[in-house]
Amino acid sequence: MAQLFAYITHKGSVADDSALELLTAAKKIDAAAKINAVVTGQGADLDAVCNSLTASYNEVWKIDNAALAYPNAEVVRKALVNILPAGSILLIPHDTFGMDLGPGLSIKMNASFVADVVGVEGVDGNTLKLVRQEFGGQVSTHVACDISGGAVISLRPGSFPADESKSAGGQVVDQSGKIGDVTVGRKFLEVVAAEVGDVDITKSEVLVSVGRGIEDVENISIAQDLAEAMGAVVSCSRPIVDAKWMEKSRQVGTSGQTVKPKVYMAMGISGSFQHLGGIKGNPFIVAVNKNPKAPIFQVADVGIVANILEFMPELTDKIKEM
Amino acid sequence: MQPVLISPSSFTILGIPTWLFSLLIPIVGVGLFTYIMAKRVAPLVKAAPDNRFDRIPERIINVAKIWLAQWRQPRYMTAGVLHILIFAGFLSLGLRSSQLVIVGLKEGFVFPGMDGVIGQIYNVLKDYAATWVLLACIVAAVRRGVFRPERYDVPAKYGHDHTAEAVFVLGVISTLMISESLFEASMVAAQIQSGAHAEFLAPATLVWMFKSMLLETPHEKLQTIHILSYYVHDLTFFFFLCFLPLGKHFHVITSVFNVFFMRVKTGNIKPVKYGITDEELDALESFGVKKLEDFTWKHLLDFYTCADCGRCSDNCPANAVGRPLSPRFISIKGRDRIFKNYPLRGAFLKSQPLIGDIYEEDEIWSCTTCGACEQECPIGIEYIDKIVDLRRGMVDEGMVPQSLQKPLGAIGKRGNPWGKMEKKRADWATDKEFAAQCDVKMLDEGDQADTLYFVDSISSFDDRMQKIAQATANVLKASGVDFGILGKSEKDSGNEVRRFGEEMLFQDLKGHNTEMILESGARKIVTADPHAMNALKNDYAGLPPVEHISQVIVRNIKSGKLRLRMVEDESKVYTYHDPCYLGRHNNIYEDPREALDAIEGLRRVEMMRSRDRSFCCGGGGLMLFYEPEEEERMGVLRVKMAAKAGANVIVTACPFCLVNMEDAIKVAGLEGKMEAIDLSELVARHVM
Amino acid sequence: MEILVCVKRVPDTSENEISVSGDGNDIERDDLVYSVNEWDNYAVEEAIQIVDRVGGNVTVVTIGDDDSEEVLRREMAMGANNGILLKDDAFDGSDGKGIATILKAAAEKGKYDLILTGAQADAGAAQVGGMLAAMMDLPYASLVNKIEIIDDSKMKIGREIEGGNQEMNEISLPCVLSIQTGINEPRYVGIRGIRKVASVEIPTYGTADLGIAAGAVGAAGANVKKIDYFVPVLGAGAEMLEGSNEEIIAKLIELLKAKGGLK
Repeated sequence: MAQLFAYITHKGSVADDSALELLTAAKKIDAAAKINAVVTGQGADLDAVCNSLTASYNEVWKIDNAALAYPNAEVVRKALVNILPAGSILLIPHDTFGMDLGPGLSIKMNASFVADVVGVEGVDGNTLKLVRQEFGGQVSTHVACDISGGAVISLRPGSFPADESKSAGGQVVDQSGKIGDVTVGRKFLEVVAAEVGDVDITKSEVLVSVGRGIEDVENISIAQDLAEAMGAVVSCSRPIVDAKWMEKSRQVGTSGQTVKPKVYMAMGISGSFQHLGGIKGNPFIVAVNKNPKAPIFQVADVGIVANILEFMPELTDKIKEM
Repeated sequence: MQPVLISPSSFTILGIPTWLFSLLIPIVGVGLFTYIMAKRVAPLVKAAPDNRFDRIPERIINVAKIWLAQWRQPRYMTAGVLHILIFAGFLSLGLRSSQLVIVGLKEGFVFPGMDGVIGQIYNVLKDYAATWVLLACIVAAVRRGVFRPERYDVPAKYGHDHTAEAVFVLGVISTLMISESLFEASMVAAQIQSGAHAEFLAPATLVWMFKSMLLETPHEKLQTIHILSYYVHDLTFFFFLCFLPLGKHFHVITSVFNVFFMRVKTGNIKPVKYGITDEELDALESFGVKKLEDFTWKHLLDFYTCADCGRCSDNCPANAVGRPLSPRFISIKGRDRIFKNYPLRGAFLKSQPLIGDIYEEDEIWSCTTCGACEQECPIGIEYIDKIVDLRRGMVDEGMVPQSLQKPLGAIGKRGNPWGKMEKKRADWATDKEFAAQCDVKMLDEGDQADTLYFVDSISSFDDRMQKIAQATANVLKASGVDFGILGKSEKDSGNEVRRFGEEMLFQDLKGHNTEMILESGARKIVTADPHAMNALKNDYAGLPPVEHISQVIVRNIKSGKLRLRMVEDESKVYTYHDPCYLGRHNNIYEDPREALDAIEGLRRVEMMRSRDRSFCCGGGGLMLFYEPEEEERMGVLRVKMAAKAGANVIVTACPFCLVNMEDAIKVAGLEGKMEAIDLSELVARHVM
Repeated sequence: MEILVCVKRVPDTSENEISVSGDGNDIERDDLVYSVNEWDNYAVEEAIQIVDRVGGNVTVVTIGDDDSEEVLRREMAMGANNGILLKDDAFDGSDGKGIATILKAAAEKGKYDLILTGAQADAGAAQVGGMLAAMMDLPYASLVNKIEIIDDSKMKIGREIEGGNQEMNEISLPCVLSIQTGINEPRYVGIRGIRKVASVEIPTYGTADLGIAAGAVGAAGANVKKIDYFVPVLGAGAEMLEGSNEEIIAKLIELLKAKGGLK
């Protein structure tokens, strides 16, 4: 069996949540394997990340280089090609960095590539059987991946539980010296932060969406509190925009934005045809509505009959307590 | 009899005979006027063709009614009455003024036939006319200058205020009235002074008052007044003539033509280009209106004719909710652009694209094509065809808002704006519960029926509106109508597709539906969707007769086939909202009301804005998908109107109206206090 | 600037539930309608806008059967100057790498300063652009939502990253970019526009024309193969949570955690 690696992304000195999700997936591929992590970056932050991973990974390969201070996927790709052993299987997160890195890396490693994997079924000889989705998540597929020449597999964040066992007792191995030439044709300049009030709800994975049940513009803050606690973004239905309580850019529906979140919290939204038309990708819909006959309950996964003005603060408090 | 004052034809100043002025002023005036008019006609010659010489009897009736009888003026009572007074005065005084021009050359000239009793009667009439015109001008000037009705305001983005021009012209008209009266009054006063036979002057007229004032005036002064007032009148008259084509008073000249050429058929949309058949459309280099000369000559004449009265915009629902559209300024901006591109002096300018120059994309997409503006315009100016032509141009250039691209694409691919599967189009009819009590024949599956129920997209696919389709089927069944539907073979009627400028897609839909309808063998078509009815009736050709369900209901109630119970809930107060495409575009106002009144015990009130003054709910078809910039929703305004009328149930007869009303009731916070229902639903509920 | 845009004809699945065909080998395609992949359409619009600014030509290329010609014509009606159809039975069953291999061969038949793809298509893998760039040894950036041409040799580009933030990069030309939706507002293409280009000649290339070795692409060359399609089991209607508010909230939090609604 090929050597298994997980590429760990991090913000500053903190590893991304995907760090331990990749570990779970790696163990599903080969329960017996000793799994290594690869981390790129620079300086003390990198050291801190590497050290935090030794409990979970066998070896944590540290690649420290000024060119990697910001994770420019083109630079990371070159470094990994130089450092990873031929035939390795590398797991990466399917996020905006992983999408930038994975496909090209697989070509340069001469390895197979499977993107946005949501399930691992197991290995049979040189064939790794995986689960992924197509058509915006409407259907799933089983995929057979030839791993005889190695593979790059990107995993959908949140699809695998984090492996909290922390039983690896591993160590940091500095591989910085093997990085080789990392000159690339793409130079990172800066990150331009999203403007306040200019949130793109179509890109949000969790939406707390409010409808007329919010009753008054002053109550919008109740939804904002909940969204903040959940790490979500607030969106709304058309009447809220019409009332000028929120910006048009926050409106979900055929006359508003089409959103594809993972979780959609429909708060006081009756679920008109036009509103539902803006929700795609089969999210997990939680509906809270005073009216037990509200049509939203027909399409929601979970329904709660309640006044959102009372329910939301309670939920917010409980989440904060966690 | 020797006149006591010397006539302008014989008078001399400093040895110069004044008849020279009497000759020169008209020659220069008419020459200048002819020159200006030639410049004004130039763009009309270069404009796109139009077909306005058909249906002559109807056009003559329009001129008699709308132009001569000023039929639409009293819709605004104060302004209307003032205008009628001034207009009637102009008509009456036209003869006198012409006579007067010749009097400057030939003393005492009257047109043949005007020297007898007729002439005397006319003189009395014109004296009163001059009087009422002056009074009307004073009232109008005070109204515009002091009271300033909101309707005439010019929003900053459309340029400067127009009050000065309006008041100036009222002043010019007043000058004409006063000088004409002084000319005659001075003569009569002199006659009385000299004891000669004096012309009879109708009492309490302007000239009569002037005469009374001048009785004590010395003879020489009367002579001066006589000559001076003549030339003031003569100069003012020709100045006014040449001034008319320079601004909004061009309508004084053009309105009679504009009314003659106005739209005589309602509900339809002009072809892309007159003289080009649907089959030849593919060969056209460009579509729609992109620059000024792409408008038809009638549409440019509209621009000239606009009197800036503001009635269109005052009735425009888009304007009312703060969308960036004011039909009045579609005309004013168009007119000003013609004036600029076709200057009186110098070379004509090359036309630039209108969108992005004088018109904005959102402005043109804001129109719901409700037709309120055209209904209101007292001189037959059209807007819908212009808007559609401009949209055709934008579609051709790819300028279509993202929110409209998806539904248009879906209609092209699947025949409905949501992109739902064709095979689900009849789901409302095959629904188990419904099918158990009402069997709907499927004409696409080989069934035969006398009547085709054309459902159209929204009633086929929208969960809520499917209830209208089911109610309609129930009503047809109760009326004993042998009917069926086209099911998956039906595609969107394309009423809005055409009105949003996607002509080729409309042609495809028309071709498909026409073929399917004819193939079905149905002898009649009925629909509950006025937009569908309008398209089938006015945009399609060669189909069996099309009726709206309200017409079927009323006919069957009258024949006794359809019998309705007492009203379910006597405490409710109903009001009927006229859908634009049923009322204004197809003149069906009474049938829905009769159907309602056939339900015994139903209390019905009328909204202020009803029948041809109905206020659009927000628009149908593709308009549901458009995201306008607006301060308020049309539906909300409409629901508030219903509440004001004392109603708590709004009855509509159009699925789009129902969508908008139900939404608006929620937005307006009137849930529980107000409800909306479709006529067919209400009738189905009351079938015995 | 010579720009190549890779496009794909995909089923329009936004309004219609997708079902798996009887044998599980494919989705039920009978009732589907097809159009150009949404992301690709943004890429074509962007290419046209670039050419409008700096001059050049836009070429659209697709791999598919005769039906795929319709999306080429649609994009040509939009303003692309040329279309290329890559068609060969040997292409069937290609994995991402196979597709990239075919596109590389097509790209090398011309001389392009910029190659654009959509960020992803119906299979949601977001892989072809990156693979193509690596194969051609060109710089690559994914999820691009802003392009500013600096000069003939470089551009400034924005990538859409998490949280609605934008990562700005300088990238040298020639390069490959995958385009994210929202980078522009694609123009409308009416039926009239498509008819206007209905008779424009579109060259078609197969393995022989492209010089691709048999077995390098198609099912034979694929390292990644789809085994079957299946529909994840879903409940019908909402599961109504009942009980005291506390119980409901506890249960809800548990569910939210499981579904990724809480981090």
